[in-house]
Amino acid sequence: MSTPATPASMTRRELLTLIGSVAGSSASYTAMAGMGLTTPSNYTGPIKLEGDPKGASVLILGAGLAGMVAAYELRKVGYKVRVLEYNTRAGGRNWTLRGGDSYTELGGITQTCGFDKGLYINPGPWRIPHHHHGVLDYCRRFGVALEPYVQVNYNALVHSTKAFGGKPQRFREIQSDYQGQIAELLAKATQQHKLDELVTKEDQEMLLESLKDWGALDEHHAYAPGRESSERRGYEKLPGGGVSAVPVFSKNIIPFSPLLHSQLWGAIGAGQNFEMQTMLFQPVGGMDKIGDAFKRQVNDLIQYNAKVTRIQQAPGKVTVSYVDAVKGGAPRTATADWCLCTIPLSVLSQIEIDVGDDMQAAINAVPYAASTKVGLQFKRRFWEEDEHIYGGITYTDLPIRVIAYPNNGYHSAGKGVLLGGYMFGPNAYEFTSLPPAERVRRAVEYGAQIHPQYKTEFDNGIAVAWHRVPWTLGCLGVWTDERRAEHYQNLCQIDGRFLVAGEHASYIPGWQEGAVLSSLDAITRLHQRVVA
Amino acid sequence: MKKPKNPAGLRFLCVLTAALVTTTAQAQSDLSSGAVFSTGPSFAQRDGRALYEAICQGCHMPDAKGAVGAGRYPALAGNANLAAARYPATVVVNGLRAMPAFGDQLDDQQIAEVVNYVRSHFGNDFKDLLDAGTVKSLRPK
Repeated sequence: MSTPATPASMTRRELLTLIGSVAGSSASYTAMAGMGLTTPSNYTGPIKLEGDPKGASVLILGAGLAGMVAAYELRKVGYKVRVLEYNTRAGGRNWTLRGGDSYTELGGITQTCGFDKGLYINPGPWRIPHHHHGVLDYCRRFGVALEPYVQVNYNALVHSTKAFGGKPQRFREIQSDYQGQIAELLAKATQQHKLDELVTKEDQEMLLESLKDWGALDEHHAYAPGRESSERRGYEKLPGGGVSAVPVFSKNIIPFSPLLHSQLWGAIGAGQNFEMQTMLFQPVGGMDKIGDAFKRQVNDLIQYNAKVTRIQQAPGKVTVSYVDAVKGGAPRTATADWCLCTIPLSVLSQIEIDVGDDMQAAINAVPYAASTKVGLQFKRRFWEEDEHIYGGITYTDLPIRVIAYPNNGYHSAGKGVLLGGYMFGPNAYEFTSLPPAERVRRAVEYGAQIHPQYKTEFDNGIAVAWHRVPWTLGCLGVWTDERRAEHYQNLCQIDGRFLVAGEHASYIPGWQEGAVLSSLDAITRLHQRVVA
Repeated sequence: MKKPKNPAGLRFLCVLTAALVTTTAQAQSDLSSGAVFSTGPSFAQRDGRALYEAICQGCHMPDAKGAVGAGRYPALAGNANLAAARYPATVVVNGLRAMPAFGDQLDDQQIAEVVNYVRSHFGNDFKDLLDAGTVKSLRPK
């Protein structure tokens, strides 16, 4: 293993200060990026569109985040902007359901949310990674208050129906026991000279030291009942105060073989993924606070209830036909110099549109994923009161896959809302295929295997299956490497006077950041064309 | 059954489903009705009707009449495109526009069963049956 290149007498931060002081801050930034302290992003701060568009007009299709970013930024630099939106609300998949909200899915079934005041679920996006700089910067600029989103909760549960008699396990214990016993195994292998060919003598000493630290091993390099392991997996009796303060160390370490075969190690890694690493955020009061903030900026530009039926290009202009999404009737038209279309490809691929074969093939190439979320209101916050689970996520192999606890309102009296299911893959299709009330009923039935309190505390629920959402016909565009190689660049070109934006035109599918960055990239290229 | 590919574009899905995944298609008995949910990355249902009710009706609806919103899901009821069994089978295997491909999540026999079910229900009355071997020949080489 190599030694650090930086002299030991100089810390990395000091070195950066030095570089910064000599070469200016941009040199410092470049150096930091090279050294892994920050990561370059496509987002480089508030967009600067320079040059006069001379009254050019842009018709934007869709008032989700991509469409509203474009509307806001383009109007600011002098474009004539108009937005057509199919829905009766702005925001698109940036969406929150609260008590009193009604939602009618394809097939015609209407659900009315029965949650108490202040309680909600976000059927679409629900978390914002700290490196989603575009979304976060708009939150900052528009004053959208943020609070921590809890991805990893050591006191939440991991659950397999096929392990430990179906009894849910604490994330903390699985994580500690898995890591501790791997550390012990590796320490043994090192001490028994089984790694001699792979690791030098000097490195072995440091490896043993680090395994002790990493795995909470005792002085014999064992992961065993005692102070070290209890400091990770918790105590049998917690340290206290006064005469009965003496702690009792945890004894019931889960043996390695059943732990391995439980496959519960598969449920403890999500928070290590780049997109799930602490810190994550959520808007205070619901994800749609972001959409609302954009709407306040651009609402006067949006025409609601407009279902696009045809997109025509002619020299120097784009004409879009649309009908009233509720009443139908004769098509009307809107004409502009340019058209930025954020309609999901699931819908756009069904609209007759004058674009070249390459872009049409790209529009047709992207399937839309199934996903289902179920929000459940309970009469009390039993997960906090009974189990001390404050926010975060329980993972399970049951068809609900997830139970997520609210990351706000801790200790509130009254009712509380859980995300009682969040599925992709076969379970998402299977839940989509059920009527909404059945989705809720089954989410409660399955969740009761993890939290028996469900049986007495359940109050009401609402379920959103994204293939049934009338304005997206799916959750997100699913790209593969092969599809990207063939179609992605074709999708992102300006075709005549038409171009697209949205999460589907990004490398961050399904994330709001993808919609924002895609939109900023699209309007930058559009503006360059207009002022050229 | 081969393990589904795990391309970079599906990273989002994989992260969220958090890896409690087995590689064989198994069924989980539903608690009250005897219906099944799949436990792995492939669908567990075997017969045509169960497959239709677990997958297809999510979009094409229980009566197979489709639905209309900003876009539409085509009706499978009375659909002339079903006349040649290989066409719906190809769509199920490979997907079509926004419709996902199911070739990695259903085996040849399951695809034959669900296509045969749709072609003989909902006002469709095609007599010829699709077999698994024909489905196999429709898979990408």
